This record gives sequence, structure tokens and C-alpha cells, in this order.
Amino acid sequence: MSSAMKTVIGVIAVLFAGVLVWMFARGTATDRSSYSLTLREANRNKILLLTVGSEPRTLDPQAAQGVTEHHIIMAMIEGLVAPSINDQAKVVPGMADRWEHNDDYSVWMFHIGEDRKWSNGDSITAHDFVFSYKRMLTASFGAQYAENLYILKGAEEYYNGKTGNFDDVGVKAIDDHNLRIELVGPTPYLLSLVQHDSWLPINPKTILKFGNIDTRDTKWTHAGNYVANGPFIMKTWRPNDVIEVVRNPLYWDAANVKLNGINFYSIENSNTGGRAFQAGQLHKTDQVSLDKVPYYRRMHPELIRIDPYEGVYFYRINISRKVLDNPKVRLALNLAIDRDAIVKNILREDQKPATGFTPPGMGDYTPLNKITYDPERARQLLAEAGYPKGKGFPKFTIHFNTLESHRAIAEAIQQMWKEELGIDVTLENQEWKVYLDTQNSINYDISRSAWIGDFLDPVTFLSMWTAGNGNNNTHWANSKYDALIEQAARTGDPKTRLDILHRAEELFLSELPVVLVYWYTNTYLLQPSVQNWYPLVLGNHNYKYIDLKDEFERAK
Amino acid sequence: MIKIIAGRLFQLIPVLWIILTLTFFMTKIVPGGPFSAERQATPEVIAQLNAYYGLDKPVWQQYLRYLSKVVMFDFGPSYTYQSESVNEVIGRAFPISLQIGTLAFCIALVIGVTAGVIAAANKNKLLDYLPMSISMLGICLPTFVLGPILALVFGLVLKLAPVSGWYGLNYVPLHPAVMPAVTLGLFYAAYIARLTRGGMLDILNQDFIRTARAKGVPEHEIIFRHASRGGLLPVVAFLGPCFAGLISGSFVVEKVFNVPGLGQEFIKSVFNRDYPLILGTVVFFGALIVIFNLVSDVVQLLLDPRSRN
Repeated sequence: MSSAMKTVIGVIAVLFAGVLVWMFARGTATDRSSYSLTLREANRNKILLLTVGSEPRTLDPQAAQGVTEHHIIMAMIEGLVAPSINDQAKVVPGMADRWEHNDDYSVWMFHIGEDRKWSNGDSITAHDFVFSYKRMLTASFGAQYAENLYILKGAEEYYNGKTGNFDDVGVKAIDDHNLRIELVGPTPYLLSLVQHDSWLPINPKTILKFGNIDTRDTKWTHAGNYVANGPFIMKTWRPNDVIEVVRNPLYWDAANVKLNGINFYSIENSNTGGRAFQAGQLHKTDQVSLDKVPYYRRMHPELIRIDPYEGVYFYRINISRKVLDNPKVRLALNLAIDRDAIVKNILREDQKPATGFTPPGMGDYTPLNKITYDPERARQLLAEAGYPKGKGFPKFTIHFNTLESHRAIAEAIQQMWKEELGIDVTLENQEWKVYLDTQNSINYDISRSAWIGDFLDPVTFLSMWTAGNGNNNTHWANSKYDALIEQAARTGDPKTRLDILHRAEELFLSELPVVLVYWYTNTYLLQPSVQNWYPLVLGNHNYKYIDLKDEFERAK
Repeated sequence: MIKIIAGRLFQLIPVLWIILTLTFFMTKIVPGGPFSAERQATPEVIAQLNAYYGLDKPVWQQYLRYLSKVVMFDFGPSYTYQSESVNEVIGRAFPISLQIGTLAFCIALVIGVTAGVIAAANKNKLLDYLPMSISMLGICLPTFVLGPILALVFGLVLKLAPVSGWYGLNYVPLHPAVMPAVTLGLFYAAYIARLTRGGMLDILNQDFIRTARAKGVPEHEIIFRHASRGGLLPVVAFLGPCFAGLISGSFVVEKVFNVPGLGQEFIKSVFNRDYPLILGTVVFFGALIVIFNLVSDVVQLLLDPRSRN
């Protein structure tokens, strides 16, 4: 061997050795911190270990969009009111210690408690809320959920620049502790709404320290900078691994917070999450992979939880397509589906067959029971529409985003339509963003869809079907429907209001620009040592109530 | 030699520019945008966001603006990690992939070369068939099968390694890099073993080896002293891209073991249409591959006098 070669090989070997030594030295030098706890230690130290799925994109409540983000933000930011321990229809005081509204629920007064503080020591005032809502409604900030605040009087005008004066918007600080909210119409569900990320307050001083009111993506959300007002404050944020929050000593109700901290792990792969749970790295997973559900239900029913969840799985129908523009055809397509079979044989997570659009659990709104499995009538309707036994029925495509369970459901529906109605459809899957593009540009025949409610009122499901709504995406429009939704928004009496919404949904179900499939459940694994984790339809757990039993129960 | 290295390093610039330009325009052609979601924001909001990130301008303007930033090594903000820049994302994720990759590389090299040499020295005997069938299995067994099996055995049953996560999981004896590295390393080891065997057999059939045997040189000396130098050339040529590939991370392995490396950032950036992160990682990988190809070329030059002219 030449000497030059020996030198080169020697240098390379030393480099490798260096990297290896560095990595193991680093590994052992890491403090034994709370994110390396075993379950037993975590129970003793009252640190909840859970996964929320994918890595959050931001923890700025006003820029956040997803459920993952919401579940982490919930631990750190508290809204005017907060979720109760076991009933999503009830609320407990949050930043507001009391509130009142006028007779038709269109003007609300919130009294911000004197003892409410930000984690930097500042008192929380009504002005902070005004600033927060101003930031949401500042167009150049580009909050994806700005629309959520349009129920504030004058908000839409301010957002669109029709008025440049925020005083015209229906949110006012009467003084430091009194917040007056004036809405465009009666809003009996406001208390549920204000728990949504888009309605949470942020600390104005912190926002302005890191940028302007409309600067996106600043570093204020990082550990060390994050100013919170909730039960917990951020300690570390290691992207794609863990977000660690610890008890906030300045939280107004700190005495009643049971946990000392929560570690939110981002584990996207449900199989990896399941293994982490089995290995004792987690108290709770965010989901259970489809093939493991029967195993846990049979072998470890004490570890698996299946809760009702506020969501509906359905197919959008592009009603500008010939043949699909006929309501009889659309009803026939709906009646030919045996939803029970899909839920029992494919999903197996106790989902409910969707017999209406709005799922159960929406407060006093009873879900409709209109769409059932009735192949006889489906065939008859199809014949009436001019396609007896499917003769002459054009070949449409069911379009879905690439995922095993979507394919399985589509195949089942394909087969049911073939057997019951004699019609052929093809299946086409697309990558997520392409699929969204296809759906949003209404460039499909039948497209797999889902809708998860934001708050506890049927309008979160029904308002999207008004003409021109950005989430309608079916070309369906009905002026009577729009009038009913409009009328409901002007009705103060809760019961009358729900009756009007019932009429709207009945009208929607008689025209059916959708194929209903099922109402969601939320399936996850939970260690029995976790206390006070009740089923909640919105999945919004107020972490201050959660507790851990100091005992070790192993998952097998 | 210095001239060759300097020349190759100079080539890096046009190569990266071409990669960057092609990727830039490809991301613009692909349907779907960074801000589309199942729940669509209003068109006004989307317009605001596009304006905020300069996506409302004509593509050539975006391209020039981007290029002017890149020459200052500023790859822009990530759309997915809303408070991090692309440089920060690469800066935190690459060291993790580097650790896993380096360990995997060592595993692949040691196991691969050993198995290959043993197989070549025992041509058509049990010690040839055995390592070669195992390596065939290794090539065919995808990492998304091997990974979970290893996690099951070493994580859940033997409790030696964490099944998920990266930071400070020191209640188990093994560093979180070990399982991902073994998963990755075994796959590459199988490939290296086959390359080694092929290269060694080529050389062992040559006249100078026959001469050496005729002169009575012991077999181990023939293999290690005379044959290995030429026989390992194909392996060395493969090692450059292999190392670059290993340290740039593997989406599958990182997902299986939930380690926050660069491989998953790369794939996820494409899923999310996070244009700056796509471009940043592509250029970064491009540079790595060019550099490590160069390193393996240099080593080849040193090993093989014929290629020096």
C-alpha cells in the first residue's frame, strides 16, 4: 500500500471513529430528564406521556389549524371558558370567571378574573382579548381560521378592509376586566366556540416583542419564549420527537392541577405508536392501527377506548355531472349501501352508520334517521330515473386519497352498488395534495370526504352546504336551504333555532349531494393508571383534571 | 491529484445549480399547494398567504429571488415548521441522520466485506452459499419489515433498545441510533457482500494470483495482500454514494423508529409541498452525493494505479 493511501484511509477511519464516539458520548451525557421516564416513574412523578400524532406545525393558536396543534395548545392556553371534566356540553370558568348574555344570545359580557395571569407575570385583561381578535382579523396576518370570527359584528368588514377602524368590530374592553362581545346574530353556542384555537388569547407584549401584529412564524412559540396562561408552560420542544410542558405556577387554578407535566410525543406511524405503548413509553396513543383493533378488543379491552367523535365520513357528489344531477339517482346510491356491514367488517371501531349528516352528540340536536339500507327502494328509484337494473348508467369514478381504509371502504361500496343496482364504478386514488386540488376544483365524480366539527352545534356541519361556501365543493346550491341557515342565525330561541336547522338538514337529505357512510369514533389505547380521562365528543380534554395513579400496570 | 480534486469541486457549483433549477420548476408543476387543507381557508386567506411568502409573483421572479437568497446560503422559511428556517431544520435533523448513517455504514462495511471475502474464498462451498443466501434475503427484505421485527425483538421482548424516539431515552441500554442503524446497515451489508464476492472472484481468477499460488504463497496472504486490493475496487466505487445515501437518512427507518432525522423531513416536505424545504434538502443531498463520490474516486485512484493516468 502506498503511504498516501494509508493516510487517506487513516483519516477516513478517524473521522468515523470521531462521529461514533461523539454520538455515544452525547447519548450518555444527556441528563436523565423527564422524557426518558418509564411508565412507573412517570406515574410516580405525575408526568403524562402521550402522543398526538404528527408534529405540530405551529403552537401559535391563531395560526394553528389541526387537531394535533389544538391538543397541545390546550395545555398551555386557556380561553374565556374551558372544557368541563366529563361533559362537552358544559363549560367551566377559564379566563372569565363569570359571563352573561342578553335574551337572544347576541351580546355577551365576559368578566375576566382579577387573579388571571400570563406566565410572564402580566395580568390578563380584556384588552388582551381585543388585541388577539384584532390579530386574527388582520388580513395580512393570513390566519387560516379568520372566518371563525366573522360572527363578531363588523369582523368581516374589517377583514376585507371595508372599515379600517377596529372599534367598529363587536369586541370591546369596557375596562381591564370586562369584555363585551357583540355578534352579528344570536349565537347560543358561543361558549363552545370560544374554546376553539381561533378564539384563544395570546400575550400582546410577546407577539410585539418578536414582530408586528401581522408577522407570521416568529420565534415566540419556541420554548423559553412561549407565554402561556393555561395549566402548563412549555419546557422543551424537540421537533418530531417531544414537546414537554410543565406545571404553570402562575395559573389561576394551579392548586387544582393534578399533573406535574405532560410530554407530547409526535409519532405519526400508528404501528410505532402502538409499540411505544406496549414498551411502556406512552400512557396514551392517538389512534390504533386498523388491524390491531380486534386484538386489543379481544385480549386487552381494559387498554382500548372507543369514544364517539364529532365527525362524519361521506362522499361528495359532483352534481354538475349528468345523471348525478338527478336527486333520485343520488338517493338510490345512498340507499344501496349497507353501512352496518362496512362498520362491522371493515372498520370495526364501533362507528355508527350515518343516517343523517350531523352526527349525534350535538347538544340538544337529535340526529336525523333518514338514510338507511333499503336496496329494494334504491332499485326502484334508479328505475324511475331511467336506469332499470343499472342499464345505460354511465361509469363514474370514486376518488379518494391514498390510504388503505379509504380503499377498503371504496371497494365495499363499489361492490354494493354493483350487486344492488347493477352499476359499475371505478376507483382512483391520489396523493393527498393532488386529491385536495381535485376536490377543491370540483374535478371529480364522487369524492371521499370527511368533516370534523369545531364546536358543539349543528351549524358546524350544516353551514358548509350553503351556496358558494368554500367547503361545499359539490356545485349543490339551494336557496331554500340558504334561507333556513340564515333564519337560524337570526333566531334567538335555542329550541326554535334547532328546529329550523332540522328542517334545513331534512331538505339537504332530500337532495343529497353526498353519499353518507359513517359517523366517527375516536379509538386509542389508554393505560389504566390515567384517571379522569372521560369520553368527550370533541376530544377536548381539560388537562388540569387528568391525574395518574401511582401504580404500574403493564400492557402485554 | 490536487488538480483533479479542485476540478471536481468546481464542478459542484454548476451541478447544484442544475439540480436546484430543475427541482424549482418541478415543484411548480406538481399539482397542489402548501396551503391547501381538508378544511379550505377562504380564497382571501390563501391569497394573503401566497402574497406573504411571495408565491403570488410570476414564477421567473420567484426563481430569481430564490436564487439570489440561495447564493447567500439562505434557503428561506419552512412552510411546515412555521417558526423554523430551512437551514434550522437541516441543522437539527442532519446530525441525527449522520449518526445513524455513520453507524449503519460501519455495520454495512464490516459485515458486507467480511461475508463477501469469506464467500469468495470458499467459492461454491457451504461458506459461499450460506452468506450469499443470507445476503439475498437481506436485499429482498425491505427495511419496513426488518425494522419492526428488530423493534419487536430488541425493544419489546429483550428491552434493550427504545422502540420510538430519540432524545435521552437512557432507561434502555442501547442508544436510540442502534436499531435504526442495524436495520439500514444490514440492507446495505447484503449489497456490499455481493459486490465484494464478485470483485474478489474476478481477481482470484487472474494470472498473477495463479502465479502467486504456484509460488506457494499462503492462501490468506493471497486473499488479503494480493486479491483484496483489486477485488475491493467495485466496493469502494459504491461506498461514496452509499455513505451519502446512508447519512441523508431513510424515511422508512426514521418512521418505523420515530427518529427525527433528515430523511423524513425530505419526504414530508414533498407531501406538504413545502417548496423551500424540498429545495433545501435536495440541494443538500446533491452536495453530499457529489462530495462523497469524489472521496470514493480519490480512494479508487490510490488503490488502482491504472486509473491514475
